[in-house]
Amino acid sequence: MSTKKSLVVIGNGMVGQHFLASLVASQVKDSYHITTFCEEPRTAYDRVHLSAFFSGKTAADLALADDGFFTDNGITLHLGDKAASIDRNSKTVTSAKGVTIAYDTLVLATGSYPFVPPVPGHDRPNCLVYRTIEDLEAIASAAKTSKVGVVVGGGLLGLEAAKALTDLGLETHVVEFAPRLMAVQLDEAGGAMLRRKVEALGLQVHTGKNTTLITDGGQCVNKMCFADGEELETDIVLFSAGIRPRDDIARACGLDVGSRGGIVIDNQCKTSDPAIYAIGECALWNGMIYGLVAPGYTMARTVVADLAGSYASFTGADMSTKLKLMGVDVASIGDAHAKSQGSLVYTYQNGASEIYKRLVVSQDKKQLLGAVLVGEVSGYGTLLQYCLNGIELPENPDSLILPPRSDESVGLGPDALPLTAQICSCYDVTKGAICQAIEAGCSSISALKAETKACTGCGGCGALLKSVLDCELTKRGIEVNTDICEHFPYTRQDLYNLVVVEQIKTFDDLLDKHGKGRGCDICKPAIGSILASYWNEYVLAKEHLGLQDTNDTFLANMQKDGTYSVVPRITGGEINPDMLIALGQVGKKYKLYTKITGGQRVDLFGARVDQLPHIWKELIDAGFESGHAYGKSLRTVKSCVGSTWCRYGIDDSVGLAIELENRYKGLRSPHKLKFAVSGCTRECAEAQGKDVGVIATESGWNLYVCGNGGMKPRHADLFATGLDKATLIRYIDRFLIFYVRTAARLQRTSVWMENMEGGLDYLKAVVIDDKLGLCGQLEQQMQHVINTYQCEWKSTIEDENKLKRFRHFINSDQPDDNVVFVEERGQIRPADEEERKHFKIMEVA
Amino acid sequence: MSWQDVCSVDDLQPDSGVCALVGGQQVALFFMIKDQAVYAVHNYDPIGKANVLSRGMIGDIKGEPVVASPLYKQHFSLRTGVCLEDEQVVVPVYPARIHNGRLEMQVAEPTLIKGSRQEEASV
Ligand code: SRM
Ligand SMILES: Cc1cc2nc3c(=O)[nH]c(=O)nc-3n(C[C@H](O)[C@H](O)[C@H](O)COP(=O)(O)OP(=O)(O)OC[C@H]3O[C@@H](n4cnc5c(N)ncnc54)[C@H](O)[C@@H]3O)c2cc1C
Ligand code: SF4
Ligand code: FES
Repeated sequence: MSTKKSLVVIGNGMVGQHFLASLVASQVKDSYHITTFCEEPRTAYDRVHLSAFFSGKTAADLALADDGFFTDNGITLHLGDKAASIDRNSKTVTSAKGVTIAYDTLVLATGSYPFVPPVPGHDRPNCLVYRTIEDLEAIASAAKTSKVGVVVGGGLLGLEAAKALTDLGLETHVVEFAPRLMAVQLDEAGGAMLRRKVEALGLQVHTGKNTTLITDGGQCVNKMCFADGEELETDIVLFSAGIRPRDDIARACGLDVGSRGGIVIDNQCKTSDPAIYAIGECALWNGMIYGLVAPGYTMARTVVADLAGSYASFTGADMSTKLKLMGVDVASIGDAHAKSQGSLVYTYQNGASEIYKRLVVSQDKKQLLGAVLVGEVSGYGTLLQYCLNGIELPENPDSLILPPRSDESVGLGPDALPLTAQICSCYDVTKGAICQAIEAGCSSISALKAETKACTGCGGCGALLKSVLDCELTKRGIEVNTDICEHFPYTRQDLYNLVVVEQIKTFDDLLDKHGKGRGCDICKPAIGSILASYWNEYVLAKEHLGLQDTNDTFLANMQKDGTYSVVPRITGGEINPDMLIALGQVGKKYKLYTKITGGQRVDLFGARVDQLPHIWKELIDAGFESGHAYGKSLRTVKSCVGSTWCRYGIDDSVGLAIELENRYKGLRSPHKLKFAVSGCTRECAEAQGKDVGVIATESGWNLYVCGNGGMKPRHADLFATGLDKATLIRYIDRFLIFYVRTAARLQRTSVWMENMEGGLDYLKAVVIDDKLGLCGQLEQQMQHVINTYQCEWKSTIEDENKLKRFRHFINSDQPDDNVVFVEERGQIRPADEEERKHFKIMEVA
Repeated sequence: MSWQDVCSVDDLQPDSGVCALVGGQQVALFFMIKDQAVYAVHNYDPIGKANVLSRGMIGDIKGEPVVASPLYKQHFSLRTGVCLEDEQVVVPVYPARIHNGRLEMQVAEPTLIKGSRQEEASV
């Protein structure tokens, strides 16, 4: 035991923790007693995802170390204790609480602190920073009594903080000293484009502003005064003006530090004292402080390797970044400012779609040196690989940033990457390591994650990882099967095309010509939906009946006990008192459970199959029609109250919502469709979370597409701006039918678009520029669907034959005695198993 | 065992199911129109715990005729009642045939082919 040496780590942040984890995973751990000082009241957490704290993640969710990590690995942890001084002569560290530990090897991982400009008043109430969980708690509590927030600093972190303030419901401003946002990563035009987008989201941006004083406000807690004489009242001031390395403890014991701060390290991460290393944001390598986590992790692993006696070097890191800020995609790669000698620049700017791209290439046009992407970053992965691996550029490098012409694909296939290419930068996983894991049997993303750790950090490498996996599997002859099921060796899109080209009208016909067996619950509803979107015949017609899922068969959603729900259409969420009363009367008469849904309508639950036609008859007589809550079809067009009543409303959102809902109701699609229309940018209807979202602006309607709530929420993308109603409707017609024709089974628009080669740009080219020359056809097909609309419930109750279906037994009028309700909060609910044994059926209405 | 008259073929739904009350039991009847085949299984879904199998979609998995529960989509063989996703779960099946335009079945004893865990079916 006494042969063990002592290793002390100061700082248990992201990098300190990564160092400990790498250390205990290596042989080196057996040679050391390990001690760590952790100043914060909790051990390391995921600072990169700190903002998730505002969306409900707890400190525990963000924790990086497992509960038993320190004890299990014999690491002595001094929690909530700051290392106060280092004595290099006696080789000891003494803490604020008075603990003194001798070290043989010392690792400094003290990170950095937010820089607060020394403006008079910077320490006034509600002047805060954004770095620790405690900082966020302070912000959240200040926000409770605040209306306005200002973020000082328009860099990466500043914009992230601004987003957090907006989400907390504050009117948010960003004040930036530089003449543009994200000055480090973006060039002038990119910064300007980003600014427009950020402003469109309701944030107010002030660039070229030098704060000179913070003082008492009139309406707000604080007032900021700027050098140009302007003033801004705010309750909260959040400083995000850069970081400064925490080098004080190193400075005090005489280690070399840089003139602008940072503990100087060499390629082995050793400081000027060979017994002391420094890693992470406190370290200065080659004049650089790296404010990102990945380089810190590389430093940590370098030190572990050095301690193990194997030769390792830290030789700099890539600072490329890609992020989604408030729904705006931004990416910067390498030498974004074209500072390299002789470099050439290509730029592509699309004002209408608010896209900006810039490429920086070497003089001989063979190497990519840097890039800036704003508004459209699907090319990031490819460009990064060109840049990092020195892959020779194609003859016309600009093809990499121009929207795809014809059908050529400009993507750099994963096959072109060398084995040394880094796929995951968080965990430094190369393509070689991934291929090795695939060779060893990993054949899914989850297996690869478990085996290599790739994609378990920020997740940004997910798409690239998937494409490497698919490509490698294909190369090994393992086919990535895309058949819809065993009965049809086709994708949904293939089947759609077969139906159109051969004008097939029934499932049986398609099965005879192109399938085998009898079909199943996968292919039947999918083909039922294709036939319905193309021919739009009554879904319960004899030849389509067997294709419908139970929900479509009974035109209602089945509940857990076999009863059904009833959802009448309430277009745009608008309903008059008489209709509301009618709904109430039906609910009361049939003793149904009544609930307001998340889609601005009323759901009546607990209807037995035999009751459905009676309930619907009454509803139809009262003027309602089917709400298609059961179908893979248009659900609701949510609306806000809009200009008719709302003092901020710019246009009639309710009117438009009703018009859209009536236009597209009944359209059968690969998955359900949800729309919303908001009357102004405050966005009360949450249009940016919908498949199709429309927001009124002074210059017309803005159209958003491919948003999604549910399991994997996705913010919608801005598709076109300032539209008049006719154009808006034309675009939506085309968009919807193109989706119906080309999406996979049960694929929402979000996933459909994300999987589409060329992504949003391509979609715009098809829908707006008519690149495929299809628009006429798409509009025509939509018109056919609109012309042939029928309320399925109305058709059903008018058909005696169809009504036969709505009985529990074909040979008896008894209801199902397994359906038992109990009362809760004055309404019915299904009895649970225990209760069912005790209660008898409630009275039949 | 004698054949019991249940209903007319016209009461069945083509390539779909209906439910009949036979000898006090809920029976799901399926009609595959192309092969003119009829199948009878108990209507109770032992996994979803509700009388709903007659409202499931039918088809075949690797040639075996099946019904998919409308609740959680498990497949039950229409010949044996065995659940394809969990062979321990079985629903009772009954012999059924079309005779002179009528559907007939044998109901007294449900034919339990195999399997150990069978949920108590509701009457
Ligand atoms: C009733 C309602 C909940 C409520 O009480 O508020 C509801 C209930 C159901 N939802 Fe929902 N969803 C309801 C609003 C939503 C919303 C909110 C919205 O539309 O604004 C969402 C998120 C938004 C979105 O879809 O993008 C939502 C996301 C889902 C999902 C996840 C979809 C996804 O892409 O991840 C499912 C599952 C699915 O469709 O595969 C689902 C599926 C269901 C099903 C159909 C589950 C089922 O098969 O039984 C529920 C049946 C309802 C019924 O029997 O009538 N429901 N569901 C809401 C009906 C709205 C309406 O008036 O039509
Ligand atoms: C909101 C936010 C978002 C970010 N997003 C990203 C991103 O998307 N991508 C990315 O790469 N990076 C991001 N970063 C940066 C990333 O978090 C840092 O690069 C990383 O945390 C650096 O790790 P570190 O261990 O060097 O420093 P830290 O994580 O700051 O850890 C240092 C620790 O040392 C402690 N300490 C300091 N001095 C002492 C002492 N004397 N004694 C004891 N303990 C001490 C500190 O209290 C702290 O806990 C983000 C940062 C923030 C704040
Ligand atoms: S979105 Fe705008 S117009 Fe609509 S209700 Fe909200 S504030 Fe009013
Ligand atoms: S790059 Fe962050 S997880 Fe792979």
